[in-house]
Amino acid sequence: MSLDLTKEKGVELDKQIFDWRDIVRTPTSKLDDDAFTRVRIILMNGIESEALRFQHSCARMNKDLQLALARVRRVEQHQQTLVNWLLPADLSPLETTIGFEQVAIEVTASVAQHEPDPYLAQVYRFGLLEDFDHLYRYSALMDRVMGADANNILQNYTDVLPGRPTAVEHRAPEDDLREPYDRTKAAPITKLNAVTLMGGEHQTHDYYMTIGPMFADPIARQLYAEIASIEEQHVTQYESIIDPEETWLEKWLLHEATEIYNYYSCLMYETNPRIKSIWERFLNYELGHFHFVLEVFKKFDKRDPAAFLPQTLPEPIEYKSHREFVRKVLREEVDLRARGTQFIGKEEEEANFPSVIYRSQMNSNISPSEAVAADYKWKPGTELAEETSDIKDLQKKVA
Amino acid sequence: MEKEVAGEIAGGQELLVNRTGLMLNPELGAELVQGAKETIPSSEGNGEDMEMERAEYAQEGLPIGSNPSPVNGKEMEDSEELVPNGGMAVLLDKLGERLAFERQGTRLYEAFIQKMAAMPVDGTDAPTVEDLRHICEEELEHFKLLQQAIVELGGDATVQTPSADVSGVLSHGALQIMSDPRTTIPQALQAALNAELADNDGWKMLENLAEQLGQADLGEQCAKAYEEEQEHLENVRTWLSQMILAEAGEEEILAETDDTDDKRSNKRSRRDTKKKSSSSKKRRNR
Repeated sequence: MSLDLTKEKGVELDKQIFDWRDIVRTPTSKLDDDAFTRVRIILMNGIESEALRFQHSCARMNKDLQLALARVRRVEQHQQTLVNWLLPADLSPLETTIGFEQVAIEVTASVAQHEPDPYLAQVYRFGLLEDFDHLYRYSALMDRVMGADANNILQNYTDVLPGRPTAVEHRAPEDDLREPYDRTKAAPITKLNAVTLMGGEHQTHDYYMTIGPMFADPIARQLYAEIASIEEQHVTQYESIIDPEETWLEKWLLHEATEIYNYYSCLMYETNPRIKSIWERFLNYELGHFHFVLEVFKKFDKRDPAAFLPQTLPEPIEYKSHREFVRKVLREEVDLRARGTQFIGKEEEEANFPSVIYRSQMNSNISPSEAVAADYKWKPGTELAEETSDIKDLQKKVA
Repeated sequence: MEKEVAGEIAGGQELLVNRTGLMLNPELGAELVQGAKETIPSSEGNGEDMEMERAEYAQEGLPIGSNPSPVNGKEMEDSEELVPNGGMAVLLDKLGERLAFERQGTRLYEAFIQKMAAMPVDGTDAPTVEDLRHICEEELEHFKLLQQAIVELGGDATVQTPSADVSGVLSHGALQIMSDPRTTIPQALQAALNAELADNDGWKMLENLAEQLGQADLGEQCAKAYEEEQEHLENVRTWLSQMILAEAGEEEILAETDDTDDKRSNKRSRRDTKKKSSSSKKRRNR
């Protein structure tokens, strides 16, 4: 099934209504729901958060669009609340963090494999290996400070292994910018991918900035400070791949199309019927937003929107384990570094490169990500656990 | 205003003065109280609406999570008596709870040991690093014992059970207190005391449950662990009590000295303006 954006009108904006009970539902279960249900909730919170962020920026620069933006934004905010409030209270900030990194790994892996532009696919794989390393560092923190196992959240879908070491991810700003796609030539999926990952990473940054100070342990506080800094670099990277020549209205339409694409992807993969009905409802709300904005676009812009928008949606984001792809990327690209907008091997780095100098300064006192994971190897049930007979049998069966 | 309350800030050091109470600044406090007294609430009632609303959510009946099931049905052949599946599910849930608790307890005491090593205290009232290490090792042994017990019953020791989850939420505060470098040894002991109280009851319940379900060997293992946990509790309770009493005695001596010197009126300001220094920190830890 594919969805035709021109034909599907969704729910009219005026009919998109809420009340507080509707917004605040009984949350999902940390223990019983599939990890990918949580992954989708976290990502969609990020997508809605990006919708608000973009629409506020747009309003500050476009007086004529302010009312239209305010009307759509009111609904987006309530959508975001409903989605984000599906996370349960027993999901601790660190457990939610593990969920955020699982999003960054599995969603980026899917995006990287579906990206037709080889340079941008490389950019995504580059970011993927960094978030992959964050998961490893946070898992070590969870094990060593909280005495808990990150796999209770990951549910076996995602490996806990070192990626590109967080300590070397610190780059000078000039090495975080990438080349943008060309809005006149890029495939629609390229644009949707870029907005999706930009939104996801921005939300991750904001989340770490909010919860970092909630930790008492100084190493935990340092680790959040360190990884939040990388997430800020990732936002810099992902926003720079979007063509800055797109007009405000073009960007608004692309944001709405991205929301449609993401809710559609969630709908295609959701296993919890209660949550699936929310994805379906919000897919229809986003179609309503899209057509509302399309009318606004026609008032101000004489272009045919078909020139930059997809008519039908591309293949949905694949909500499944991308273990083999991630391992391949890890084997082949872990030693890549950034130099300007391009990627180089680590052996090509020289001592006077801006990123090398910057990294050396940031890590001059301590590297929290190295300290927390010193000699760390994930084991079933944490590193304190003994290998029980059932785990040994499991390995024999797989072998 | 700051100067009137707390005196001069000398040498760029941070002032240690508690500003949370109303009486710190009586004039501002009086204005606040007067303003609140003149308030007209925007709605009438007595909290009934909140109660009804909470009941609506509770009646949806969605749980935090489900009990794990045995992975291979092994319980039937190993058990002396036929254990109903419901009983086994409860046992695995509670075993999972203790397992998570003991594993977290190990990390809790590791953090305590590091705190003790970083903040040495004078006197004999406090635990030694060796005392804490002994408890920590026993917590780890209990964790491993539970791992084996769960696997032998046909369970999966890596599962986070509903009771483990609830207990994790409950004990989150203890870990926060222990890992905060600003907390004192008595404050850390308070966190340990709460953990040990819960742990003692947890082991006793597990012992009873195992016996009721015909798991005699497991019951014996739980009884032994319970004995060890009783010792932890007794020790933590004694250390905390002794340290608090010693601290109070020290404050009393300080007060008497102030009386003798006829400086009672200055006591509060002098104590309020304690500066961050190694000596003051050490005093608080004793």
